[in-house]
Amino acid sequence: MLEIKNLHARIAEDETEILRGIDLTIKAGEVHAIMGPNGSGKSTLSYILAGKEDYEVTEGEILFNGENMLDMEPDERAAAGMFLAFQYPIEIPGVATMEFLKTAMNAQRKARGEDALTIPDFMKRVKEQAAHLNVSMDMLKRPLNVGFSGGEKKRAEILQMSLLEPKLCVLDETDSGLDIDALRVVSDGVNKLRGPDRAMVVITHYQRLLDHIVPDVVHVLSKGKIVKTGDKDLALELEKNGYADFVNAA
Amino acid sequence: MNVTAPIAHTQGESDLIARFDAARDNLAGTVSIGALRSAALEQIKAKGLPHRRVEEYKYSDLRAFLKSAAPLAATAERAATEAALAAADTFGDLERYKLVIANGSLVADLSDISALEADGVSVTDFVEALGSGNGSALLANPMTAPNDGLLALNTAFVQGGVVLSVKAGSQVSKPVEIVHVAASEGAQTTRCRVEVGEGANLRLLETFVGETGSGEINAVFDYQVADNATLATTRLMIGEASAPRLFTSIAHIGAEALFKSLGFIAGPEFTRNQQFVHFQGENSEAKVYGVGMARGKGLADQTLIVDHAVTHCNSREFFKTVLDDQARGVYQGRINVAQHAQKTDGEMMTQALLLSEEAEMANKPELEIFADDVLCAHGATSGQIDEDLLFYLRARGIPEAEARTLLVLAFLSEAIEEYDEEDVTEGLETRVRDWLAQRS
Ligand SMILES: Nc1ncnc2c1ncn2[C@@H]1O[C@H](COP(=O)(O)OP(=O)(O)OP(=O)(O)O)[C@@H](O)[C@H]1O
Ligand SMILES: [Mg+2]
Repeated sequence: MLEIKNLHARIAEDETEILRGIDLTIKAGEVHAIMGPNGSGKSTLSYILAGKEDYEVTEGEILFNGENMLDMEPDERAAAGMFLAFQYPIEIPGVATMEFLKTAMNAQRKARGEDALTIPDFMKRVKEQAAHLNVSMDMLKRPLNVGFSGGEKKRAEILQMSLLEPKLCVLDETDSGLDIDALRVVSDGVNKLRGPDRAMVVITHYQRLLDHIVPDVVHVLSKGKIVKTGDKDLALELEKNGYADFVNAA
Repeated sequence: MNVTAPIAHTQGESDLIARFDAARDNLAGTVSIGALRSAALEQIKAKGLPHRRVEEYKYSDLRAFLKSAAPLAATAERAATEAALAAADTFGDLERYKLVIANGSLVADLSDISALEADGVSVTDFVEALGSGNGSALLANPMTAPNDGLLALNTAFVQGGVVLSVKAGSQVSKPVEIVHVAASEGAQTTRCRVEVGEGANLRLLETFVGETGSGEINAVFDYQVADNATLATTRLMIGEASAPRLFTSIAHIGAEALFKSLGFIAGPEFTRNQQFVHFQGENSEAKVYGVGMARGKGLADQTLIVDHAVTHCNSREFFKTVLDDQARGVYQGRINVAQHAQKTDGEMMTQALLLSEEAEMANKPELEIFADDVLCAHGATSGQIDEDLLFYLRARGIPEAEARTLLVLAFLSEAIEEYDEEDVTEGLETRVRDWLAQRS
């Protein structure tokens, strides 16, 4: 589903190189975890997948279901099935959450040549997913993410993900800021989306999340490179020994 | 007083002088009104049209802009009036009374005069009122702008309008729309006086439809809000126009009263919406909102003076400007607080959203405070669309143009929602969408 080949990227503004040759292949149905020290480039990688313009790819390529992802606009990527749950979801005052959800869902449907959702159908879907994720309808009456607590913002991201039904889900530290119960609720929500046609990249600092969302593969990213790849036990090892062993190798 | 040397008139000014000479005998009013008109024209003759060396017009040089002036619009033809009305869509299917002013004159039989009468509102043709004993009082200038150039132009040329008088205690059941129809090309100069009696409540809509060609629109609204009364007034001017659109509001507010206004102006090349608000009674509130949208080489000028002359009044001024291409925006706002106007609460905010690198905003919010126990604040911002917000929306599959539209709507919605007249403003979203859809 996703093939990243020798990806080098820098900050467009000051040309600082952040990603320094990433190779990563993710097949449909798989869940990959990416761990790594602060500042190693995890969020940068997720932004580049989503199409943020602050970064410039200087080398390498990204294929998304065989298509050159770097040629696609952010909204085209989304319609093709890319979803990024942001590490820091931003507040958008003046944009009503429900209106936003409807616009996003219908824009993607339109891009795929599907009919717009009817209002009752849309409402039904939102209510259903919101209930699963313990998101109150009151929260959805507010402007997008405005005044949401840190944990509420993360849950709202997963709500969006559940509604948009993407093919590739990239979760950037979705667990940080979640209380223990919310972590379970969110993980259940994510696990519900697991399936043979969907792939996931879970970026996290904590092994605990991976007890809930059990990954097929775990990668360690350090200084813009993947320095170690293993199975879920790698996360346990990291939890015990920290990154020291790998960081030096980078 | 300085004696100024006669100025060399621009073509626009010469046209206006010729227009006056051609029209003066047909302009409405008694001899004393005629004298007021002549004096107003003399002011234009002596000082010229307002220009950039006049402080209040520093950014909005009407003299330079008005290359020529069209004659006053002739009396409207019935069929053309009806056609322009039919083609216009101002407030959709909002239930409302209508008063029609075509080419500057009230058209009684297209107006809901008797229905309004039954709802506690008397309607008089402005021309008729001008001819009455105290006609000249109807042309009074606000205290804070005794020599304003737009008002002088209006006084010189005013063709007609309407006097609305809401009986004390009347809660007018539906909004009243004063539709200004251009049934043919030509300049339109109107004045409307709106008196809201004690304890009464009126919602007013002011709209402008039809093409005036090279004729300017100069419309003055004079509101008298009595004690305990409420007036909410929405001004809508949307559409392309190459001739100036000049609007003036004068509001006098009694005690325990509420005055709310929203001016929504998008499109014309040169617009100025100037407002003069005077508190005359205590414990009153004024909420003044404005939206200005300009593109091309257009100008959207929103100018406001709020005069807190008495104690315990609140005012809130919130203005939004959206500019594209090389358009310019102006916000000049001043809150005056007189020495004895203690416990005044005034808050003024102006925000501009620039959709292009070349657009320019001049923000000039000012406080002039002579009292010591007041709460006044002002702020001004000017910026472009936040790329991070745009990216977030696009990352959810919303195409760029739509994402921008959502953010412009979000920007405007703060002011529109605070105005809190939802049934009136709900159609504005579509207007903004249409405006943005025409981006080049
Ligand atoms: N737009 C930007 N401008 C300047 N520096 C940036 C930008 N984006 C990323 N960086 C820098 O790139 C490096 C990688 O950042 P990134 O956010 O990808 O790290 P991360 O692995 O996600 O860290 P964390 O675990 O703290 O979330 C950091 O040093 C960061 O400061
Ligand atoms: Mg990060």
